[in-house]
Amino acid sequence: MTTMTMVKALNEGLRRVLEVQPKSLVMGEDVGRLGGVFRVTDGLQKDFGSERIIDTPLAESGIIGTAIGLAMRGYRPICEIQFDGFVYPAFDQLVSQLAKIPNRSGGRVRLPVVVRIPYGGGIGAIEHHSESPEAYFAHTAGLKVVTCANPNDAYWMIQQAAAGDDPVIFFEPKRRYQAKGEVDTETSELDLYRARTLREGRTATLIAYGPTVDVAANAAAAAAEEGLDLEVIDLRALSPIDWDPLFASVRKTGRAVVVHEAPGNIGVGAEVAARVSEECFYSLESPVLRVTGYDVPYPASRLEDDYLPNLDRVLDAVDRSLEY
Amino acid sequence: MGDTQRPAKKTAKSRPKPASTNEPAFVQLLTPEGQRVKHPDYELDLTDDEYRGLYRDLVITRELDAQGTALQRQGQLGLWPSLLGQEAAQVGSGRALAPQDTVFPAYRELGVQWARGVDLISSFALFRGTDLGGRDVAADRFNMYAIVIASQTLHAAGYAMGIAMDGAVGNEDGEAVVVYHGDGATSEGDFNEALIWAGVFNSPLVLFCQNNQYAISETNARQFRLPPYRRAEGFGVPGILVDGNDVLATYAVTKAAADRARRGEGPSLVEAYTYRMQPHTTSDDATRYRDAAELDFWRAKDPIVRYRKWLDAEGLADEAYFASIDTEAGELVRELRARVMALTDPEVAEMFDNVYAETPQEITAQRAEALEFQASLDDDHEGSDAR
Repeated sequence: MTTMTMVKALNEGLRRVLEVQPKSLVMGEDVGRLGGVFRVTDGLQKDFGSERIIDTPLAESGIIGTAIGLAMRGYRPICEIQFDGFVYPAFDQLVSQLAKIPNRSGGRVRLPVVVRIPYGGGIGAIEHHSESPEAYFAHTAGLKVVTCANPNDAYWMIQQAAAGDDPVIFFEPKRRYQAKGEVDTETSELDLYRARTLREGRTATLIAYGPTVDVAANAAAAAAEEGLDLEVIDLRALSPIDWDPLFASVRKTGRAVVVHEAPGNIGVGAEVAARVSEECFYSLESPVLRVTGYDVPYPASRLEDDYLPNLDRVLDAVDRSLEY
Repeated sequence: MGDTQRPAKKTAKSRPKPASTNEPAFVQLLTPEGQRVKHPDYELDLTDDEYRGLYRDLVITRELDAQGTALQRQGQLGLWPSLLGQEAAQVGSGRALAPQDTVFPAYRELGVQWARGVDLISSFALFRGTDLGGRDVAADRFNMYAIVIASQTLHAAGYAMGIAMDGAVGNEDGEAVVVYHGDGATSEGDFNEALIWAGVFNSPLVLFCQNNQYAISETNARQFRLPPYRRAEGFGVPGILVDGNDVLATYAVTKAAADRARRGEGPSLVEAYTYRMQPHTTSDDATRYRDAAELDFWRAKDPIVRYRKWLDAEGLADEAYFASIDTEAGELVRELRARVMALTDPEVAEMFDNVYAETPQEITAQRAEALEFQASLDDDHEGSDAR
């Protein structure tokens, strides 16, 4: 066990990937000399060279499009999109090319490309630097979408994503980048596409991922002081979602609250609510509730505390669920 | 609000002369009249068999393409994008490549596919809707068709980067990548990003622009103020304009660009100035945006007519040879037609296959659900038959 920040855990994870997989590459804007604007790739170019840690031109479609070509040539690119709000210029290359080429080829072409995207708010940033675009990609067949919530997961999930042969959109909660945690560098605890129950309880199930896992965990701790016994599940994978532990939990508690930063409308929480309703209908004591960002553009940063789901909003939803 | 003055309707006569009938200065080795001409930078010295082979490719490509249009008209294909008029651009460039080179096509490159010796059936399956055009692209060194305009230019740029990283450039045995695109593609961001990438990474890439004068209905005037071959220079990439209806010129220019790439000297852009004699696809009505005079202008520049004249005048081929090619093309058309008609609908289950390398449980479950539902309908159907 070693204590490290999420940034360091990602850096160490990438280092392991580059060591064991000679075809792996890191590419993106400022990932080389600078080490990335968040320093996730710090020192990698020095150790692995500028042919494997590639500072690219400033063009997101170009980053993903050429990564696809490199993958066709046998390379295994790990791309960095500098910020969530900058991924959209690459939208066609992600959803129509990266996602579909393996299928169009009848499985003859595999594109083992990982796309790392720092996402979410809570850092007081200027516009386009605090968004949560995960639903666009989770909606796209052919892509897998995951997100880490702590340094240990960051360390292992980036390695697992890079080891598979499917394209993976890898969301990193940037407001958790500097949070420290224990990392077990010897053994991985879970497969990439498994959800984790981080707190067991019987009163209600809180379902979160990425930056809101910590929010949900804190809410559960606060609720415990009031005698409420909340279960907390970290989805980890948004596509595919690991449904079985989720359904088992709701069948036990009868109540569910989904928490994410992205707007609620047609979001991951909506899918969770729909599926839980279909599968756990007779166990439900109340409708599945969502605590999410509002259906508005991400606000000016001085308002973000009012936009983002926080402990009070989560506990309020739990109360509403219990009172139903 | 007063009546707005509507401008007088322009007649075909009063319409300004289309840009496409202005002859630019391009590399030409064979005039439309079939006269061999010299160029200071490009020469071509093929064997007699190779010269005859180019004629064979041109004719066969034209006939197989015409069969695509015919099959669409007969309801056997959903759509067909004809290459009529662009045979020389495709055959010359395709034949100029070395076996180790890799092609990224757009979606009208039947002639390149033929010239590269790649089975054509995948392109017909794509337009018949029996599959999505998948092939063993690694073995063929010819990628799948790309429908989203210019998307393939970036894939080619990345692939070419990989070649350089593999150290597979630097001498005559090096690998080159040729990506095909049209004049419309030059307006897309991806095309411009591909030029940036190929330039700054000095990749072994040839961008082969078939400027067939039209992006569906829009002329060059709506795509650029500076033609693509001149714009390339702005990216630090040499641009060459070639007579796209001259198979000898497209061969010579492409070979020089590919040789340059494989020697490790970097990317180039070849603009083949040609003309799409058919509508954009079988779904398009080109009479809405161009007139017969323009077609006549380009018909006089036909790539096959001029080449045949030259072969004949040089004594490289005679009437018996030309007739034998027509016969062979006819046989190939019949064979292809039979194969296209034999392409059957895929099984329902196939849509669930190969979405991922590791299939999620959800998709496996949906696959089973769809099959079960289909089977239940079949059971109902059999039941009603029994009654």
